[in-house]
Amino acid sequence: MKYHSPDSFHAAAEISANAPGSTRFLAGGTDVLVQLRSDIFTPDNLIDIKNIEGAKAINRSANGDWNIGAAVSGAEMNENEELKSEWPGIVEAVDLIGSTQIQGRATLVGNLCNGSPAADTVPALIAADASVAVQSPNGERIMKVADVPRSPGKTNFQKGDVVKNVIVPAKKNKSSDAYLRFIPRTEMDIAVVGCGVWLQLSADGFIVSARISLGAVAPTVFKVDSAADILIGKQLDDDTLHKLAATASAACNPITDRRGTVEYRTHIAGVLAERTAKIAYQRAGV
Amino acid sequence: MALDNAKSNGFKFVGTRPDRPDGVDKVTGRAKFGADMTAPGMLHGAILRSPHAHARINKIDTSAAEAMKGVKAVVTRKDFATDVHFESGLNGETWNVLENVMAGEKVLYDGHALAAVAATSALIARDAIKLVRVDYDLLDHVTDVDKAMEKDAPVIREGAADKSVPDGFHPNVVRYHESGHGDVDEGFSKADLVIEDSFKTEATHQGYIEPHACLGSLGNDGKGDLWCTTQGHWYAQKMCAALLNLETSQLRVTASEIGGGFGGKTTVFIEPVALALSRKANKPVKIVMSRSEVFRSTGPTSSTSMDVKIGMKKDGTITAASGVFRLQGGAFPGAPAEFTAMCAFAPYALENVRQIGYDVMANRPKQAAYRAPGSPMAAFAVESVIDDLCKALGLDPIEVRLKNASHKGTKASFGPRFEDIGLIETLEAAKAHDHYSTPLKDGQGRGISCGFWFNHGGETAVSLALSEDGTAQISVGTPDIGGSRASMALMAAEELGIPYEHIRCTIADTATLGYNEISHGSRVTYASGLATIKAAKDVVHKLCKRAAQKWDIPEDAVKWEDGCAVPSGANAGDFDPLPLHKITANMGATGGPIVGHFEATPEGAGVSFATHIVDAEVDHATGKTKIVRYTVVQDAGKAIHPTYVEGQYQGGAAQGIGWALNEEYIYGDDGRLQNAGFLDYRIPLASDLPMIDTVIVEVANPGHPYGVRGVGETSICPPLAAIANAVSAAAGIRMKQLPMSPPRIVAALKSLKDG
Repeated sequence: MKYHSPDSFHAAAEISANAPGSTRFLAGGTDVLVQLRSDIFTPDNLIDIKNIEGAKAINRSANGDWNIGAAVSGAEMNENEELKSEWPGIVEAVDLIGSTQIQGRATLVGNLCNGSPAADTVPALIAADASVAVQSPNGERIMKVADVPRSPGKTNFQKGDVVKNVIVPAKKNKSSDAYLRFIPRTEMDIAVVGCGVWLQLSADGFIVSARISLGAVAPTVFKVDSAADILIGKQLDDDTLHKLAATASAACNPITDRRGTVEYRTHIAGVLAERTAKIAYQRAGV
Repeated sequence: MALDNAKSNGFKFVGTRPDRPDGVDKVTGRAKFGADMTAPGMLHGAILRSPHAHARINKIDTSAAEAMKGVKAVVTRKDFATDVHFESGLNGETWNVLENVMAGEKVLYDGHALAAVAATSALIARDAIKLVRVDYDLLDHVTDVDKAMEKDAPVIREGAADKSVPDGFHPNVVRYHESGHGDVDEGFSKADLVIEDSFKTEATHQGYIEPHACLGSLGNDGKGDLWCTTQGHWYAQKMCAALLNLETSQLRVTASEIGGGFGGKTTVFIEPVALALSRKANKPVKIVMSRSEVFRSTGPTSSTSMDVKIGMKKDGTITAASGVFRLQGGAFPGAPAEFTAMCAFAPYALENVRQIGYDVMANRPKQAAYRAPGSPMAAFAVESVIDDLCKALGLDPIEVRLKNASHKGTKASFGPRFEDIGLIETLEAAKAHDHYSTPLKDGQGRGISCGFWFNHGGETAVSLALSEDGTAQISVGTPDIGGSRASMALMAAEELGIPYEHIRCTIADTATLGYNEISHGSRVTYASGLATIKAAKDVVHKLCKRAAQKWDIPEDAVKWEDGCAVPSGANAGDFDPLPLHKITANMGATGGPIVGHFEATPEGAGVSFATHIVDAEVDHATGKTKIVRYTVVQDAGKAIHPTYVEGQYQGGAAQGIGWALNEEYIYGDDGRLQNAGFLDYRIPLASDLPMIDTVIVEVANPGHPYGVRGVGETSICPPLAAIANAVSAAAGIRMKQLPMSPPRIVAALKSLKDG
């Protein structure tokens, strides 16, 4: 295994594109190092991007969009009060990952690039309509987070791609987000089902825009437009909530594994869609 | 055992709560655990484990591994003793352990060891085992206990059944137990209500935080040393010697500090392998298991399938009880089916009772002891049925248990008559506890259960030496898995009359003391405690003798009081009290070192009972359970160090909460373990647990000088049942399978809704 510590994302992309054998990017290392230590995967090239200038920065573009660097840790996001008040759902999703120690290392970008269908932050990012800035040897491009996941453990990034930062849009008026996951215990677990919801309300409390995303109930995290459509023009009355739950459940295509059965995951997706929507609605109305 | 000068009150040290002597070492990192031992020239071992649940080994080719740079030795079964022979049941236990440590003709479960490598680094060893080529013929496998008993189930090993098994059973049924008294059919006919139901529990792991680790050094002259994390180093010595064809005394074993055992470190896994590698490489070899290896290859507890039938009169009197308990213990005999059967109805004084236990083999790791092996599952089945009877007849669950409770003189369900026991006292204390009378909130349920464990004595040797400065050092042979060094020092302080802080208690190696049985059976505070008291009395006797010599009066004219020799009465003479340190200061000149010792197999361990109260809350939409309140009431006989007694109570409840709600061995259709790690094997986190309240009941055990009963195991007997009763009440449906994971609860609620 060869260790690289490039000083720019462009250099990182060049190494990744040209190095022989397998590569992994190292930011927080909470997936990569665990896989290495437990003999699950040892890459030929380990490309450390956390020392690249800007990788640990949270800042805002002129239009108000948030740029969250590839090596920003969960703890750093959680300590940014402004980000937390605009996007409480995203920050909650990050905060659910691991222990206090893990929070000091784990990154939003790493959670996305790991490609897990159960990644906690991905449903929240998709609900927020977030994008990523991707550097390749040929230049930089913007890609929607919703377009990143391909299959369990795989993404649609190409060899030579490296994510510089996540872009979260500026908060819109009377909008908010929420994320809930189900785990059998209180913490330190992988989502059996995860659900991200973003809602925007009219002045009189009707939903004018919505995005819903589910995790761990299909080969990838995905956006559930059918469930979001149910909410448009509605308040969260019981009938709407029941329809939302049924539609979310109907969109699921899960597997049975050590974390849950097909039936259970499908059922929980509906329960979480209801509960998450209620939180987002309450927040958006404030 | 007849006990002279037993003491039940007026204690000066016993019952106080001083700091534990090993505490500073543990919080500063100075304590040496299994993986902390190193030696010059040390190699690292790694073990190749079967990925298959059941397969015949045609060939193991180690040549590529042997050729790898840095590899110094490779061993397979042929490097172990060849004169250990297969026998049926537990008669062949040495062969069973050997076969588990290193597979012979077949691999019997996912994780079964079949080759090992020693190399100059742990990474080289890890890579080298990947170069060992194995040619397998895959065989059909079975992991479920009921399926393993069916006619067409794959046979794990012909001839493993011993003579106890009646004709007509599948060869996987290897031991059979039946006991009881009275006529259960007649008893059931006298009942106003009879309930019969079936229950299942999954295998759970002890979940000790420290993985198995050892360092072995063995020469071709047959002399060796072994350092390991274990609950019983004399057992490790005996078993390693047998498996490697050594003379027992030529192998010295030292127990490291231990990071939890709970029964799971009462046997050997990697220790004989490290020694075999060392013998071949002529260097010390260290092996440290990964967590995945711990789950796949060490002993979880048995999984069970149980049928229980109980008859009750309208007034709550139990007229008869019967149970069938099937225990899956992995690919070897030894599942504690007889304990499950014998513990099942022990809390109750029954005229008619019958219990049957089956020890069944399957393609899973060899089960190991786990805290009161077999008893918690029995309580789950029995106490669930009692709960249903109480509900159906409109009776209070504590009153019903009080009405039927075993007491002194009761003929136990498993045979003998009970001596002094404290079950009724625990029930009365539970009834009087604020917890039991606090109203429940909406959506909550409350559960009650009793639990029983035998406790154990076992071979024990203790030595107690005095130093010139008047301090004392105790050598015990039972690894400290629950604060026992503090308890030993307290008991010695009580006898010697010197401060607790002046006593150091050490776990001696196998070359230093006589044979000590494993730290199991809740025996340490009882048996090593009894031996410590006796050794201290031996020292006191010798101290009095020195005083008598000095004063030139007869030995029996001197007695020991508050750490001093004093004349036993006015006629004995008028001498100032002679403190211990003044006697030891010149003991070299007055007769030599003063050392007391005691060796015996004490048999008065005294059984123990507990009653638990649990409140649970169930989210009906997700099936998730929260334990909102928990109270443990248990008879300790006499609490030597009450903080550690409370710790045992809380620990048993915490492990029981995990077992009841989320912990389980999950096997795929391929027979492979799906959750060999703490991520998906879900033990409770601190945030999953409520404060666990404790009540120490003290009904003295006549078999111990101070009345001690073991407390380590009984605490895990009631939780499964008490939690199941609480959850069933909160969910509105009887939960008959553990763990009561959210998917199982949702499925049960759906079946209720669907009718």
